[in-house]
Amino acid sequence: MLRLTRGARVVLGAIVGVVLVFMYVPLLLVIVNSFNAARIPSWPIEEFSFRWWVAAFENEALWTAVGNSVIVGLGAMLIALLLGTLAAFALQRFDFFGKQTVNLLIVLPIALPGVVTGVAFSNTYNNVLEPAGIQLGYFGMIVAHATFCIVMVFNNVFARLRRMNPSMQEASADLGASLWQTFRLVTFPQFRTAFVAGALLAFALSFDEVVVTIFTAPAGVDTLPLWIFNQMSRPNEATQVNVIATVLILLSFIPVYVSQRLSRAEEDER
Amino acid sequence: MTTTASKPLSTALYRSRRLRLGSLLTLPLVWLVGLYIVSLALLLATAFWRVDPFTSKVTPAFQFDAFEQLLANEAYLSTSLRTLGIALTVTLLSAAFAIPLGIYMAKVASPWVRGFLAVAITLPLWAGYLVKILAMRVTFTEEGFFNSFFGVFGISGPGFSQTTVVLTLTYLWFPYMALPVYTAIRQIPVNLFDASADLGAKGWTTVRTVVLPLLAPALIAGSVFTFSLSLGDYIAAELVGGATQMIGSIIANNINLNPPVAAAFSMVPVAFVVLYLLATRRTGALERM
Repeated sequence: MLRLTRGARVVLGAIVGVVLVFMYVPLLLVIVNSFNAARIPSWPIEEFSFRWWVAAFENEALWTAVGNSVIVGLGAMLIALLLGTLAAFALQRFDFFGKQTVNLLIVLPIALPGVVTGVAFSNTYNNVLEPAGIQLGYFGMIVAHATFCIVMVFNNVFARLRRMNPSMQEASADLGASLWQTFRLVTFPQFRTAFVAGALLAFALSFDEVVVTIFTAPAGVDTLPLWIFNQMSRPNEATQVNVIATVLILLSFIPVYVSQRLSRAEEDER
Repeated sequence: MTTTASKPLSTALYRSRRLRLGSLLTLPLVWLVGLYIVSLALLLATAFWRVDPFTSKVTPAFQFDAFEQLLANEAYLSTSLRTLGIALTVTLLSAAFAIPLGIYMAKVASPWVRGFLAVAITLPLWAGYLVKILAMRVTFTEEGFFNSFFGVFGISGPGFSQTTVVLTLTYLWFPYMALPVYTAIRQIPVNLFDASADLGAKGWTTVRTVVLPLLAPALIAGSVFTFSLSLGDYIAAELVGGATQMIGSIIANNINLNPPVAAAFSMVPVAFVVLYLLATRRTGALERM
């Protein structure tokens, strides 16, 4: 055991306390401020009210933005599921020239700053495709999001495939199953939880993305992060933002709960 | 024979390794190279183009003016250096708090507290990027919580400034450092601590001579996130930084006004990140991510 003096334990505990305060007090302030009647997030709060909650729920632009985020997130997720799974199988099952490069290619869109990815796509859309008569519009945003979501699916599926026993698939083929039957009945059930985890991460990543969206969203289309960003850029109108941020903070319990369940299901499967 | 006839596709794929690999790799590669790498290459090409000084029209050319400006223009150079400084400070701050937190979780806390802290560090990861920036705005705004709370002690907060940018970026990326560091401390075999204690080392000596050297790969893995994510960020600077400008701000501001400068500047964080990845790759830390 690591032997620490009483004083050292107290110091460590105090540092942990500071970290927790630093992490959670600002989030609590957002929640409390969503009930602040004032137009600016002043402290102490003088009057509590539900007016910004009512205003947010009646705000059609906000709901449209939420709808757009869901559509883009689902689109990006589906493309990332297909491409990420294909790539994970290729890199896990085969050794080939340039394997490291392909791996780097998958990680690159998330490793490079969002502003570079966003500017690169917008440059291609506006200066190459548009003059050629191709208007991607809404789909351009999904394409950009899918590109940096691939790595989420890839990482999860790849890690699971590495732990799987290949002889099960050989047995399936020996018994006369087609590739599709083997995939559906033998392979897929074994990496299903990794597939779902990858999908969840890809959706969450897209749902939260603002920088790439700023550059690739067609004019007049807001996703939820874009709507929040625009509100925050006008400080005196940023009242409903606290409401939607509170909802997002509460929603963040869902993925934590699901990931706990998934890791438990994973332990059961083993 | 009947199976061969009834499942021609499966049989063909089973027979040819190249066909199997090709059918898996084609779509991802077409997407990533055809869309992404080509877009990056086109952006890089724009950096060599010419801007007409009178009409501000951009025409294809091959000149290095935009790159020369990165070094010649003092505002640009100082922005690059400032961004680098911010990213390094965020990384050091994250590490400085992640190590004691990890030691506490792995070696001091009871199992229940450990589980609670593990969830507590993970939860903010999901809370949303802009939500966390908003949280820092609410905390540090002029009439906000920090000034009101600490004003009693005569302390006034940093307001919206470069300090707040550093705090906000640390707030955003700290879990990416804390989680690998905690995992690494947990994985250190218990008998190493016993051996160290038997040899007469006090707690602090054990931390310095046993724990820290074994943490290097985790710290490097964490720093890849804290460093690269901070380096490319400009939203925090825009929303809580006051007049603070970062590399991303210059790219975003110039993409319509002066595309070659924006394109040339895009390569600065790319170069920094690639250099950092290459430097850390030699340590083998990335394989564990």
